[in-house]
Amino acid sequence: MALFGLFKKESKQQLDKGLSATRENLFSRVARAVVGKSKVDEEVLDSLEEILLSSDVGVPTTLRIIERLQERVSRDKFVGTTELNRLLKEEVAGLMADSGNGQEDGTMPMPYVILVVGVNGTGKTTTIGKLAYRFSKEGRTVLLGAADTFRAAAVDQLKIWGERTGVPVVHQGMGADPASVAFDTVKSGVAQGSEVIIIDTAGRLHNKANLMDELAKIRRVIGKVIPEAPHEVLLVLDASTGQNALEQARQFISATEVNALALTKLDGTAKGGVVIGISDQFKVPVHYIGVGEKMEDLQVFHAADFVDALFAEPGKSMTNK
Amino acid sequence: MFENLSDKLERAFKLVKGKGKITEINVAETLKEVRRALLEADVNYKVAKQFTDTVKEKALGQQVLTAVSPGQLMVKVVRDELALLMGSSASEVNLQGQPAVLLMAGLQGSGKTTLSAKLANYVKQKKGRNPLLVACDVYRPAAIDQLKTLGEQLEVEVYSEEGVKDPVAIARHAVDHAKKQGCQVVIVDTAGRLAIDEEMMHEISALKGALQPTEILFVVDAMTGQDAVNTASVFNEKLDFDGVVLTKMDGDTRGGAALSIKAVVNKPIKFIGTGEKPDALDVFHPERMADRILGMGDIVSLVEKAQEQIDEKEAAALQKKIAKNKFDFNDFLSQLQQIKKMGNIKDLVGMIPGVGKQIKDMDIDNDSFKGIEAIIRSMTPEERNNPSLLAGNRRKRLASGSGTDIQQVNKLIKQFEDMRKMMKSFSSGKAQRMMQQMQRTRR
Repeated sequence: MALFGLFKKESKQQLDKGLSATRENLFSRVARAVVGKSKVDEEVLDSLEEILLSSDVGVPTTLRIIERLQERVSRDKFVGTTELNRLLKEEVAGLMADSGNGQEDGTMPMPYVILVVGVNGTGKTTTIGKLAYRFSKEGRTVLLGAADTFRAAAVDQLKIWGERTGVPVVHQGMGADPASVAFDTVKSGVAQGSEVIIIDTAGRLHNKANLMDELAKIRRVIGKVIPEAPHEVLLVLDASTGQNALEQARQFISATEVNALALTKLDGTAKGGVVIGISDQFKVPVHYIGVGEKMEDLQVFHAADFVDALFAEPGKSMTNK
Repeated sequence: MFENLSDKLERAFKLVKGKGKITEINVAETLKEVRRALLEADVNYKVAKQFTDTVKEKALGQQVLTAVSPGQLMVKVVRDELALLMGSSASEVNLQGQPAVLLMAGLQGSGKTTLSAKLANYVKQKKGRNPLLVACDVYRPAAIDQLKTLGEQLEVEVYSEEGVKDPVAIARHAVDHAKKQGCQVVIVDTAGRLAIDEEMMHEISALKGALQPTEILFVVDAMTGQDAVNTASVFNEKLDFDGVVLTKMDGDTRGGAALSIKAVVNKPIKFIGTGEKPDALDVFHPERMADRILGMGDIVSLVEKAQEQIDEKEAAALQKKIAKNKFDFNDFLSQLQQIKKMGNIKDLVGMIPGVGKQIKDMDIDNDSFKGIEAIIRSMTPEERNNPSLLAGNRRKRLASGSGTDIQQVNKLIKQFEDMRKMMKSFSSGKAQRMMQQMQRTRR
């Protein structure tokens, strides 16, 4: 009871209503915000700000988007509210350049080594399972490395994904030195002529210096087998994570030179808006998005689709493609 | 660089501090900063707005007219409101029942399995009861193995049924099993599920119906963003859960989700997960959290942690040494040992009021102790007692003796001297003054 001294009865109801409203289509909200107006004014921009903030886009990125819209409004003198949607999409997509995904244009070196990193519980192992499925379906030979030797049963989890996708898994059991597992995996991948090698690592919070050092070591050790490997260091981010994802990105990039992102759990109500700021600030492209728990629920990221989904009802447009 | 909510609020308050009195205009400026800080801390947009509106109302009320210092008053108003929002007192988990049944629920990757194990450990070690872990995540590969492994480590029995895909049946059988075996607390781990997955939400409702759990705990990642309110309210609609557990609090997240969830579902936060070890589970203290958010430091937790680990006599002796500025490498070494027992050092130091901010960018990690220990152990007893003996040649010897290099030795000695200085200033009454000031703002 003490708590809701803070919110009077009416305002509590308003709050509830407001919260469910965040689930509505963003464009319908923009449309509502501009009812009875023929041009974009402060009020419209204010409600836009609210919409972006409640999608986890974050204060600095939101302000940037709003500022750029304001500039265009003042430059073009008169921006109709119908044009606003288009402008908004352009601005957001502009911040998130489409990724030049190396594997798409057939220039993939062989073996192509992917090191998968991230904090605990973002879905690294599941993403690897999905990647293994995807690459094998394309007819490539894949090898997985179980370098998460820390979390209970992590090796088993990866082995099960290996069985499901028919992909071999290199493992040394729990408690083994992860760098040694990574080294073995890449070595045996080279020997077997694997085309894609994917290495799982234990989830770690980015503020634990010793664990981040361990990751840097894994990276270095891989480079001892193939100097230019890992070709891809994939940071897996959970779409429901808020602004802390920026700090995750910063720390993982500095420890392991992350050059690709995967955004998981986009089939839920979370929008993953924070990835706009990450992509913009660190110039690291999003390669994949996870939209479900099944093997095939991994899609190659397209900025335009993401923007659409960001502004759409959650869980709809990303999965119904 | 990363800024904490407390830093931001500090800055926001500075805007007020400089001015003689609070007016509608300068309050508006400050509150804008407060609101932004809350948003950056992932507090839900609506909740942040409501919060600042309330703070504004209170700040512009009649208390302002009698305020000695507007800045202090603003700190007080914000802190009081924050504490109110977080809940008024710590609330324990209910373990009554024969057996008590605790049901975990939450999104994928929020940390349910790890938490289940920690709870089992907590129930066993701190409450002296016999727990049973139940593996009801029949979907995620190796989830059952994960729980079994954790159970083995903790020497807690894990109930599972290979190949059975019906969590309700497994849980029912587990409760029967617990009754037979005399387990007093049954902890049911479940699969992660999205709030919009109707089938899975139905399953967890069915689990609730079949088990009539003593407590349903909603497990949520402390790093969750704006979506926390949506997920929490859907889970609450379906389950009417009894409490919230915030996991991964050992990260550097500002944890605004805690505020949002509390505001929207009005359920107590019962525990926080603070690491990967089984004992990294703390009871949640709302007023401490509010203080921590405001940068006042979580001194109570620190003291409690220290009490669990530190020998009081030794501590008193050390206190004297510090006061006389005779803190030496022997003390340093034994401190290191004790601190290591207490857990993550950065977390510990961060709990000290006023220190949190300065130490934030310092690189302290537990492993770096190995080198330090080796260096100290390479010192002669005289050197340990009298660090000023450590000239160039001796430093070289220490480097080769400890398998480190001269830079590391120099760094350690420098750090040691800094530490001595810091301790001196703490013991010289500066700290007491700080505490008094804090007391004042609280009143």
